[in-house]
Order: sequence, then C-alpha cells, then structure tokens
Amino acid sequence: MSLLEVKNLRVEFPTRRGTLLAIDDISFSIEPGEVLGVVGESGAGKSLTGASIIGLLEPPGRIADGKITLEGERIDDLPYEKMRHVRGKKIGAIFQDPLTSLNPLYTVSKQLTETILVHMDMSQEQARKRAVELLDEVGIPAAETRIDSYPHEFSGGMRQRVVIALALCANPKLIVADEPTTALDVSIQAQIIAIIKRLCKEHKTAVMLITHDMGVIAETADRVAVMYAGRIVEIGEVRDIIKDAKHPYTKGLMGSIPVVGHDVEVLQQIDGSMPRLNEVPKGCAFNSRCPDAINKCFVDRPDLMQTDGLSTAACWLYSKEAVNE
Amino acid sequence: MNDDIKQGFEVKPLLEVRDLTKYFDVSKPWLTRILEKQPKQILKAVDGLSFEIGKGETFSLVGESGCGKSTIAKLVVGLQRPSNGEILFDGQDLNKAITSKDSNRIRRRWQMIFQDPFASLNPRWRVNDIISEPIRVFKLAKSKSEINDRVDKLLTQVGLSPADGNKFPHEFSGGQRQRISIARALSSEPEFLVCDEPTSALDVSVQAQILNLMKDLQRRLGLTYLFISHNLAVVYHVSDRIGVMYLGRLCEVATASDLFKNPQHPYTQLLLNTIPDMEMTGIKRDPVHGEVPNPIDPPSGCAFHPRCPLANDRCRKETPQLQKNAGSLIACHAVEEKRNV
Ligand SMILES: Nc1ncnc2c1ncn2[C@@H]1O[C@H](COP(=O)(O)OP(=O)(O)OP(=O)(O)O)[C@@H](O)[C@H]1O
Ligand SMILES: Nc1ncnc2c1ncn2[C@@H]1O[C@H](COP(=O)(O)OP(=O)(O)OP(=O)(O)O)[C@@H](O)[C@H]1O
Ligand code: SF4
Ligand code: SF4
Ligand SMILES: [Mg+2]
Ligand SMILES: [Mg+2]
Repeated sequence: MSLLEVKNLRVEFPTRRGTLLAIDDISFSIEPGEVLGVVGESGAGKSLTGASIIGLLEPPGRIADGKITLEGERIDDLPYEKMRHVRGKKIGAIFQDPLTSLNPLYTVSKQLTETILVHMDMSQEQARKRAVELLDEVGIPAAETRIDSYPHEFSGGMRQRVVIALALCANPKLIVADEPTTALDVSIQAQIIAIIKRLCKEHKTAVMLITHDMGVIAETADRVAVMYAGRIVEIGEVRDIIKDAKHPYTKGLMGSIPVVGHDVEVLQQIDGSMPRLNEVPKGCAFNSRCPDAINKCFVDRPDLMQTDGLSTAACWLYSKEAVNE
Repeated sequence: MNDDIKQGFEVKPLLEVRDLTKYFDVSKPWLTRILEKQPKQILKAVDGLSFEIGKGETFSLVGESGCGKSTIAKLVVGLQRPSNGEILFDGQDLNKAITSKDSNRIRRRWQMIFQDPFASLNPRWRVNDIISEPIRVFKLAKSKSEINDRVDKLLTQVGLSPADGNKFPHEFSGGQRQRISIARALSSEPEFLVCDEPTSALDVSVQAQILNLMKDLQRRLGLTYLFISHNLAVVYHVSDRIGVMYLGRLCEVATASDLFKNPQHPYTQLLLNTIPDMEMTGIKRDPVHGEVPNPIDPPSGCAFHPRCPLANDRCRKETPQLQKNAGSLIACHAVEEKRNV
C-alpha cells in the first residue's frame, strides 16, 4: 500500500462566468521515504494539488471529485478539526515564505513546544527537550540558547529551518513542501536540500516537493510529476525525466534550462504560453504550442500512457492507433 | 582607481565605477539610542567598489542575498546617490549629469528592468500608455501618431502584437508582462540596461524566452547590460564578464568562462559548489558552511575569513584588494601568496 494515494482528483472554482476546472483528473501515489518532485509551468496547479492534500484548499476552490488516502484512510472528506489533527500529526507543511508559518510574537521555543504538546503525549520539559533536538537536527547552531529567540532574530535560511523543525514536530509520515527554497539564497538552499534528503533517509519521511527549480529536483527527487494546465502530463523516475523526457512539453522544459558549461547562443524555447483555465483548447491542452501535434491532438484528450521509454506520458505520440489514424 | 584594475578594454568603457560606496544609517531612533547608550549603526551596503563595463558587453554581479547587488543597480541608474566614489557614464559624471538642466538628454540613455513584472507595471494603465511613458517624458516623438507607431514597433520587437497595446497588465501572463517592461525600457532607445533579477519571478520555460529576447536585442541594438541574478547557470549563459560580490565588495572579476572553469577566490569556489547538479553524477554538493555575517558589524580584515578554509592571521587583520591574477582580478591573500593550491 502506498503511503499517499491521490485518485482522479478534480479541483474547481465556481465563478460568475461558469466553473473553472483547475485540477483536471490527476492520480499519483507516494511511497514511504520517497521524494516526489512536482514541476511545471506557473499556474499549472502544483500548489492546488498540495493544498488539496493538506486540506488547506481556500474557498471558493473545492474538491469536486476524486479521493485522497493516507495509509489507506480517506483524508479528503474529513471535518475541519479532524483534518487539522492529521495535518499536524501525519502531514507536515513547508511553504515558500517562512514568515507565513511562524508567529512573530512568540519565541521559537514556544511555537515548537506548543505544537509538540498538541500532537504528542509529553510533559512541558520533554517537549522542550524535543524542540531543542529538532533544531539541532535541522542544523541550527547552539540550539539550546537560540531556541528562546524570536523569528525575526533569525536569518531567512535559519527561519526556513525552524519551519522544517515545526513541520517535523510530530514525526509526520509525509511532508508537503511548496517551493521551500525559492525565497532562499543558493548557498542556504543547498543546506535545506541536504536536510530534506537526510530526513527521508533517516526517518522514512516521504516528501512531496513542489518547485520549478529543476536543479533542486535533480538532486533531491526520486520521481517527478510534470504538470501542465491542471493535469499531470508526464511522470517517472527523475533520471528518465531529466535525461530522456518523452512528453513534448517536458522536452521543451528541459531544453530551456541554461546549464553551466554548455555554450549555446540561443536557449531552446517553447513559443507561446500556457492557456488560461477558461481557454484550455479541445484535445491536448498543449496542442497550440506542440511541435509534434497530430490530428488526434486537436480532438481527444490524451491520458497518461506507457511511452517507448521508462516514464508514462499523456501524449498521443505514444499510442499506435492515434499515430496511424 | 589604480590601473591594475582595468581589464584592458579595446573599446572605451560605457560605464566606469570608481571606489563606489553606499552607507545606510540603520541606527535606532535618536532618543532610543541615547537611552540604550548605543552608538550609531552604519551599514556598508557597497564598500569601495570599482569596475567597468565595455560598450556592448554584458557584465553580471553575483553573490549571496544582501551583498549589495541591487544597491549597485540603483546607484548606477541614479535612483540612489552614492555616499562616496564616482560613476562615469560615457565619460560623464552621472550624478552631476542627472542634476543638470538638460538631464533628459543623458537620462534616456539608460533604463532599468526589475525582478517583479507584476509590481513594476501600473495596473490601471493600458499597455500603450505604459510603454509610451518614457517617450512622452523625454519628449522623443513629435505627434500622437508617431508615438503610436513607435509603440507598435516596440510591441512587435518584444514578441507581442500591436493589438496587445489596448489591454491592461492583468490580462497578461508573467512572461508577457516582463516583455512589456522590456518594451517600456527600450522605448527611450537606451544604450545601457540594468537588469536586476529580470527572470527570477518567471518559469524556466518563460525565462528562456526572455533571455533569448534580451540577447537578440543586444545583438540588434548593440545594448550594454549590467545583469544581476542569483541563478549561476543563467549568469553563465548571458555574461561576458562576471563580478563576484561578498558583503559589499568585489572578490573576483573574471570572464564567464574563466570564472566557471577556474574559480580562484575561495568564496567563488564555494559559491560554484552550490550549483545544483543537473547531471546527477552523484558528486555531493558541499553547502557553504556558517551563517552570512552581519553587515552592520562585518568581520575584520577579509570579511569572508570566518567561513574561509584558507584564512590565517593576515586575513583577520588586513583587507585584501583586487589584484590582477592570470587575466582575472582577485582580492585574496592566499591567492596572492600562492598558498591556495
Ligand atoms: N481563487 C481562485 N480563483 C480562481 N482561480 C484560481 C484561484 N486560485 C488559483 N486559481 C487558479 O488555479 C490554477 C492553479 O494554481 P496553482 O496555484 O496551483 O498553480 P502553481 O502550479 O502552484 O503555480 P506557481 O508555480 O505560479 O505557484 C491557476 O491557473 C490559478 O489561476
Ligand atoms: N534603504 C536601505 N536602508 C538600509 N539598509 C539597506 C537599504 N537598502 C539596502 N540595505 C541593506 O544593504 C545591503 C545590501 O542590500 P541589496 O538589496 O543591495 O542586496 P542584494 O545583493 O541585492 O540582495 P538580494 O540578492 O537579496 O536582492 C543589505 O544588508 C540590505 O539590508
Ligand atoms: S498529445 Fe499531441 S499536442 Fe499533446 S503533447 Fe502529444 S503530440 Fe503534442
Ligand atoms: S583573504 Fe584570506 S580569508 Fe579572505 S578569502 Fe583569501 S584566504 Fe580566505
Ligand atoms: Mg504554486
Ligand atoms: Mg537584490
């Protein structure tokens, strides 16, 4: 049994001009200790997918269909209080801006021990001890003394480490990290990634890592899901996605990344831009930008299918019937 | 500036920066300071920095957050006044020129592109009016129809269509908005563009479009760029020369290929180690250890010494100056003493 299973998830926004389908039937799973990277164009639905899992989808957005299970138990239809408990105990969350997760008025010590006390059966003293251990674990030097500081007394990188410690308080099974390093410096970014990797190894914590930094993905993820216009268009092992992408969008994405040591005058680029939710064309959502589109692409929407490589991709090029049509 | 620092241009530099400093007074309010018996606190955001940019060249600045990159950008376009030092644009003292009577003549020759295309475009203006603002401010066109023609041409130049001019910024995607800010920056026909993290808010696929556009414009219009980014692969791709900054000072200036092939300053070496490894060769990245130092109370001598594996007594006492070394400029005692190998 997978740790997390997302089945046929659909998320929609009712608006005056009709309903916008922001997540359009996506399915994937995450195993214990695994890092699933989620990449894709801005607005593709990465954050909404994460928010659906941790139960923090903001109204009017709502899950219209599908099912999310954690350790076999459904979590998408839990009442608010129950979900809040799951969120602290079994799923930890890390967001881009550490300040949204920290209360500026309380010391780091207070925020950590309170969270620990809510989720674990411990005395005040034990909780503080655990808080110090956690700070130690995420690499805050002199944790014993720094713990009584306020968030603003820490640098950006240290704050993000405190947020990671906060997410780890109750030994969660899964961490959903939405752009955890985007606001940070490259050097601190490397430290945070090293921490995330170590956690997965030592505690078998699974991580859903949302980012558009392919370098971070390359180093951290085991598998990668590529999203475009509310769908997963390709999913597979990180090596296969980076070295041998199959979906034309993924290929374009990989080709557009500048690499140190590769001297190219012009970067490969995907012309045009991702369609807005209310303008997604019939057939494949990528069809207007796709250099390989065939007739069927303008008529029917492809689902994920086995490619001629190791990944699965939602692209008609990998269907014999479609190509021969 | 001593002549050692010049990197031997064949062409006349378009921008010369000499011993530039920018200090910020970050003291607490006067009364609090007196009551708490605290001294004035001065933050040296830019601390005696010299470099030059040749015509048609792309010069980039890299370094950790807070090292002073954006402050330099604002100084060289005249958005902030330096505390000390000189900025020469095409041989003229920039801060004198922009306060002179016919300052418009020189001010139109440079423009700046910011990181956030969402914040830098007025949401209530139509794209036409946004793009034509510099044309109107600098009175570069004689008639309404001439303005319209130029806006249409600019929109086409950045890969949008003339019809887009009637729309509002919110009707565009992030990449398209950055194209609009580029069109706006180009409207006064500048020679020099200062680009502060121009693609950091964009997707990689959109980033490629914008970087290609910028290079193409440079080729066609002979533009000179000062480019700032924390993405080292992007910097490698766009730059002719690169300046590496640490805490308000330059520690290494070299051509892009020299810097990445053979980084010499210990900080540059550590910085390059943090580049995510797209090839996944299994080599572990070595995160830079230690915290970024406090800019208000920087370490003595070489500010990098608390984090430097090669630091010795001299480093703790004496601030190293930029010196020529195998075609690059390096500020490091260990490199000078050849004990870095
Ligand atoms: N409150 C809302 N009302 C209508 N549409 C919304 C709302 N919130 C999000 N959306 C739409 O849902 C889509 C997915 O958004 P999401 O934030 O998940 O994208 P993302 O992949 O995380 O992008 P980014 O990389 O920019 O963070 C977007 O097209 C967005 O415009
Ligand atoms: N107006 C100001 N008042 C006081 N301090 C300032 C001001 N502007 C900048 N600073 C300080 O000057 C230093 C340099 O800031 P700057 O914005 O130039 O850094 P940067 O290299 O652009 O960093 P980043 O990569 O985060 O954009 C920082 O320590 C910053 O806090
Ligand atoms: S289904 Fe067709 S349009 Fe879509 S990515 Fe594949 S080839 Fe291109
Ligand atoms: S001067 Fe000394 S401390 Fe500074 S970088 Fe060189 S060796 Fe390191
Ligand atoms: Mg997002
Ligand atoms: Mg900056």
